[in-house]
Amino acid sequence: MDKILKMIVQRLALGVLILIAVSLIIFFAVQLLPGDLAEAILGQNATAETVAAFRRELGLDRPAHIRYLDWLGGIMQGDFGKSLATQREISDLIGVRFANTMFLALYAAVISVPLSVTLGVLAALYRNSLYDRFVNIFTLSSISFPEFFVAYILIILFSVNLGWFPALSNVSPETPFWARVYLCALPALTLTLVVVAHMMRMTRAAIINLLASPYIEMANLKGMSRSRIIVYHALPNALAPIINVIVINLAYLIVGVVLVEVVFVYPGLGQLIVNSVANRDIPVVQACSLIFAATYVLLNLTADILSIVTNPRLLHPK
Amino acid sequence: MTDRPDDTLGLSTDSAPPPVVERKLLADAWRETRKAPWTAKFGLIVIVAYIFLAVFAPVLTPYGESEIVGAEFEPWGDPYLLGTDNLGRDMLTRLLYGGRNTIGIAFLTTCLAFLIGGIGGIIAATLSGWVDQILSRFVDILMAIPQLIFALLLLTIFGTAIPVLIIIIAVLDSTRVFRLARAVSLNVVVMDFVEAARLRGEGIGWITLREVLPNILPPMSAEFGLRFCFVFLLISALSFLGLGIQPPTADWGSMVKDNATLITYGDITPLLPAGAIALLTIAVNFVVDWFLHKTSGLRDDQ
Repeated sequence: MDKILKMIVQRLALGVLILIAVSLIIFFAVQLLPGDLAEAILGQNATAETVAAFRRELGLDRPAHIRYLDWLGGIMQGDFGKSLATQREISDLIGVRFANTMFLALYAAVISVPLSVTLGVLAALYRNSLYDRFVNIFTLSSISFPEFFVAYILIILFSVNLGWFPALSNVSPETPFWARVYLCALPALTLTLVVVAHMMRMTRAAIINLLASPYIEMANLKGMSRSRIIVYHALPNALAPIINVIVINLAYLIVGVVLVEVVFVYPGLGQLIVNSVANRDIPVVQACSLIFAATYVLLNLTADILSIVTNPRLLHPK
Repeated sequence: MTDRPDDTLGLSTDSAPPPVVERKLLADAWRETRKAPWTAKFGLIVIVAYIFLAVFAPVLTPYGESEIVGAEFEPWGDPYLLGTDNLGRDMLTRLLYGGRNTIGIAFLTTCLAFLIGGIGGIIAATLSGWVDQILSRFVDILMAIPQLIFALLLLTIFGTAIPVLIIIIAVLDSTRVFRLARAVSLNVVVMDFVEAARLRGEGIGWITLREVLPNILPPMSAEFGLRFCFVFLLISALSFLGLGIQPPTADWGSMVKDNATLITYGDITPLLPAGAIALLTIAVNFVVDWFLHKTSGLRDDQ
């Protein structure tokens, strides 16, 4: 148990280091700008005095490392600074949107995780059958589809032709939970289709990998049924890679959400970052990037820790 | 890196293979292709068709790339085979030019990513020690930020001109290439012939290009196909968001976005460019799948 605790602490420390490095990159990438932020925003025609005044307003006259520490310190206390385009507090802009994005990602996860594990186990169970081959082609194609293609196909099918679900997911903070679930059905379904393929493929591969091991053969020789072998004997040992793939796909969901939010005009973080890029509202883009990156890093870290905890062999690297 | 031989492309001229060998190679390739499963054949046919259409787009199209020829959103039919787009430009023309631009840019980007990542990866594996440590940790950190988000951040800073777009995505994607190149090179650099080259006093440039590179070509070329798909999808996604290739240059991502309103009327025209993207990536995936089966047991489920 001590070893596991030590490992977790080590990984967490590593995670903190990575987060600091990520924040450094996000902050100092802006320094690569030819000229600086003030010149970039005011453009070529601004007089030297205006630029200087604006620079003072943004605090650009201070050295970069002090500004970085200020920025990071502010974020620790939930203060992301002000948006350049709207002059509003960035934390106000982000709060609700972040909750919306998490809701959508969770929604998709709740559908896709059980679905893909079940389908993956079935594909392993009926290996080389027609079903398995169909699954193979389906997964290969759905990995190749751009997210917006899937999204528009779903809109045409379920919104335009059948009229079951709305094509726009314009939720507001007052929308009740079930109405929200209904409004977000199509975006969640899009995300599900995008991630299910990968998770299913890996679940199948993880189980099939194990089927060659001696203890499975033993179970076979004892005359156990194939489904019992797979569900009770193979699946528990295949859990580590499966969990890993699931968490990595959840991390992907957080990012894949950007395109889907734009298609369905869903008021989430993804839409905010896209609009801010178009307006070159750099502080907002930085804040959103940091949140996305932090979520991504944390999920990958969780995948790491979970896979070691579920597979004690990984505690002792060669 | 000062002693890099200037015939970077001279891999084939070096051992002076007469044309006969090349013809035999071609014949072998042809025989293999005929034995390929239908998925791979289908993929190859699609890829060849796309290349043909992309190269000859200016000849095949009746109108200019951004020429306004009629009213907005004309239906499919006579003068405009696939109708017109939101500004009254011929859809078919835009589709062909869009393919030309999107595929061309994605291809260039992938080449650049392989140039950076491939050379970096081989050098890291060959030199090992602190060079490897620094490069690898640097790549680890770059990969900790999701690619799309990182691309959005850099596009905000540097603007969205096409050369900038190509460089940003190539640099971001080269991290993946670096990882693979380093991993496969590690198996090669421990071989005796590399040691022999070292003892002979060859420079890092020679070892990279002449000793290691030819031996990691099969997995790297399969990876090229997969990375191309990925870059192609990423560029289309950025253009779809309005942050990639800028108008009036035709490209498939922004064509979907510009005409998306038609979808609410049940018109599938905007899905054509999206479908074109999907078809090409599927075709490349099929071919890569077959190639991986052929070249080795190496088959990672991406």
